Amino acid sequence: MNFFFAQTLFDGGMPSLNAIWFVLVGVLFTGYVILDGFDLGVGALHLFTKTDEERRLMLNAIGPVWDGNEVWLVTGGGALFAAFPEVYATVFSGFYLAFVLLLFSLIFRAVAIEFRSKRPEAWWRQTWDILFSLGSVLSSFLIGVAIGNIVWGVPLDKDHEFAGTFLGLLGPYPILLGITTVALFAMHGAIYVVMKTEGKMEDRARGWIRNTIIFFVLAYAITSFATLLYIPRMAVPLQQHPWLFIVPLLNVLAVANIPRQIHLGNEFKAFLSSCAAMIALMTLFGIGMYPHLVFSHTEPANSLDIFNAASSQKTLGIMLIIACMGVPIVLTYTVCIYWIFRGKVKLDPMSY
Amino acid sequence: MDVLLLSRIQFAFTAAFHFIYPPLSIGLGLVLVIMEGLWIRTGDKLYHEMARFWTKIFALTFAMGVATGIVMEFEFGTNWATYSRYVGDVFGSALAAEGIFAFFLESGFLAVLLFGWNKVGPKLHFFSTCMVCFGAHFSAVWIIVANSWQQTPAGYHIVGEGMHARAEITDFWAMVFSPSSMDRLSHTVVGAWQAGAFFVISVSAYYLLRRWHLDFARRSLKVGLCLALAASLLQLVTGDISAKHVARNQPAKLAAFEGHYPTEPAPLYLFGWVNENQQRVQFGVAIPRLLSYLTYGDANKPVTGLQDIPPQDRPPINFVFQTYHAMVAIGFGLIGVSLLGVFLWWRGLLFAEVGWVRRFVLPLMVVSVLGPQLANQLGWFSAEVGRQPWIVYGLLRTSDALSKVVKADAVLTSLILFTVIYVLLFVLFIFLLNEKIHHGPEHEEHPGEPHSFKPSEILHEPRA
Repeated sequence: MNFFFAQTLFDGGMPSLNAIWFVLVGVLFTGYVILDGFDLGVGALHLFTKTDEERRLMLNAIGPVWDGNEVWLVTGGGALFAAFPEVYATVFSGFYLAFVLLLFSLIFRAVAIEFRSKRPEAWWRQTWDILFSLGSVLSSFLIGVAIGNIVWGVPLDKDHEFAGTFLGLLGPYPILLGITTVALFAMHGAIYVVMKTEGKMEDRARGWIRNTIIFFVLAYAITSFATLLYIPRMAVPLQQHPWLFIVPLLNVLAVANIPRQIHLGNEFKAFLSSCAAMIALMTLFGIGMYPHLVFSHTEPANSLDIFNAASSQKTLGIMLIIACMGVPIVLTYTVCIYWIFRGKVKLDPMSY
Repeated sequence: MDVLLLSRIQFAFTAAFHFIYPPLSIGLGLVLVIMEGLWIRTGDKLYHEMARFWTKIFALTFAMGVATGIVMEFEFGTNWATYSRYVGDVFGSALAAEGIFAFFLESGFLAVLLFGWNKVGPKLHFFSTCMVCFGAHFSAVWIIVANSWQQTPAGYHIVGEGMHARAEITDFWAMVFSPSSMDRLSHTVVGAWQAGAFFVISVSAYYLLRRWHLDFARRSLKVGLCLALAASLLQLVTGDISAKHVARNQPAKLAAFEGHYPTEPAPLYLFGWVNENQQRVQFGVAIPRLLSYLTYGDANKPVTGLQDIPPQDRPPINFVFQTYHAMVAIGFGLIGVSLLGVFLWWRGLLFAEVGWVRRFVLPLMVVSVLGPQLANQLGWFSAEVGRQPWIVYGLLRTSDALSKVVKADAVLTSLILFTVIYVLLFVLFIFLLNEKIHHGPEHEEHPGEPHSFKPSEILHEPRA
């Protein structure tokens, strides 16, 4: 594990294409957790509302944007397939049942959003509300479990095939990370709801922020402790390059800034802080993993890294051109669309 | 059952189910652009009403497309890991391009299309509709580029050997414009236009039969018929070109389409049953030498037969024969329906209270929505099963492409779950579609202020 972080990333002054794609895939998945994170979090909090109107407000707060947010997952998956096909193949086939479960929860969630308000009967709405909430919690949890397994390491054989079992993926550490992710998304979602609603609904969501922050900070503290204790390799880059401590520091500051901004009445700044905290967390994850993508804890030599798992230099180059053309456009109109739908959500006849 | 068969069933099932929706999104997307464009152009409120109604239907199909599409994106990795390792360098980049260029465009502007009627001006809204439509078409481009590369690989070389062999891109544009990609793209996109057009025709004809929303229904039917006629005739051209190129690029597939065994001048079967043991077509009606003529413009030129294809490289023949012929037959049926509709409209009979039109033609139009759906599915089965036993034509066999670590019981579990959930989803989809259709368009009774609603209506919106 003796590599010089900055030197490997910037090999001879120019970053290698492999390293750039490590960062780009990271950016796409970070975009995914920030964006889908709040709508999954809204789902986790959905059943804590009291009235039908509040539930419709919750759904309509995420209504215009949730499927755009899921596109980040699709594109992240596509980019992983293209840039690191070995990782895509190993992880998706190795975590087969876990991913199938994730797909089902995402499907149920998507369908519940669409179908819930289509019928007036109470039982109909209640059923979809429960499915929406369960789907959201399970999706968040499984995303956390997947990240937890990547951090913890999985058994890989010499052909880079997964050599474990489904139940083996549900170890204590991945479950802990799954719970932390649910807490993080719930906090993120609560801030979003405060930002997008007014009156009673907003007051209710303010209460959620307090509770979810406590929940998240506790879970996060235990996770960090467990990581340092059991997975020391994640901290090695920080030991070697103390300046990298700026990342966890920023993370702590960003989390601490959330209640402060809420108290000051700046919900939008609180939301940005929450986004910053998530970026810092994903950066820490990336720093700890680099240059590995999937760590084999049975035989470290079988690990997948940015070189042995990558596509050809030609493809990475072509894809970089595609990304350089596409990503700025995507970011521009994503910002425009969030701008169009800024402000408090109001129900109208086109609403869910 | 073995893991190969289960994986193939699961992929075919999830892909076929997914493929109900994107063609509708593409076709209805175009319909929305036409209707809203006409509204901007003429200022006629009826077009605005139409655009808003069809947008609601579009939203439903789009949501189903997204939900079932995420499955497809994951399934290459979960079930076909060896395939993913083999083609990731080529196939993955087309898929990633689809995500970056098309999906974001589509879903981003969809927000404005669905929820932005009161938030942005008409021009910007129309622009968003165009972007959604363009995004839907553009995503078809990339996924068909990727799939066409499996049919006619180009612009690549093979690196490594045995288990570690994989295809790598040498020429990106040769990969994009592989020999079959543009034929297959045009054929699929026009098929999608037909799906959208006949959907509009079907619902409008239903309203006419019920005497509901008559102005709305007549106007929608006219738009639908124009698009349907244009698309159905165009489909004849793209189909012809595609078949000619299949003959050149994938002779085994064309031979299976026609159940053609000896290499000789070939007839064109209207229908028949391939007896694979006796290697001939039974109970069929054929036009002699027509296939040779259609393929090469020369009735006497021989067409490569299955006898020149090693048995282990042949696709399932009768299955492909039947799906292909059914697709072609439906295609001609759709031309017939759209010609009939346009003719009756021209003669002033379509909207008149003519007994036989109401008794036969309008009901025919109501069921015509199934035509493009069936033809699209059958065509897709012909193309994909016709490629067998290869997953990448001539390079990688389907049986060698599986995930090594996924066992049959895991696939069986997921297949059962997918089946249960998709059946449930489909029932709900039909149910909600039915609701929306029976609810009908919102009549705009305040011409001065089309977007105004009373607050009481907003919170207690009556749902049909």
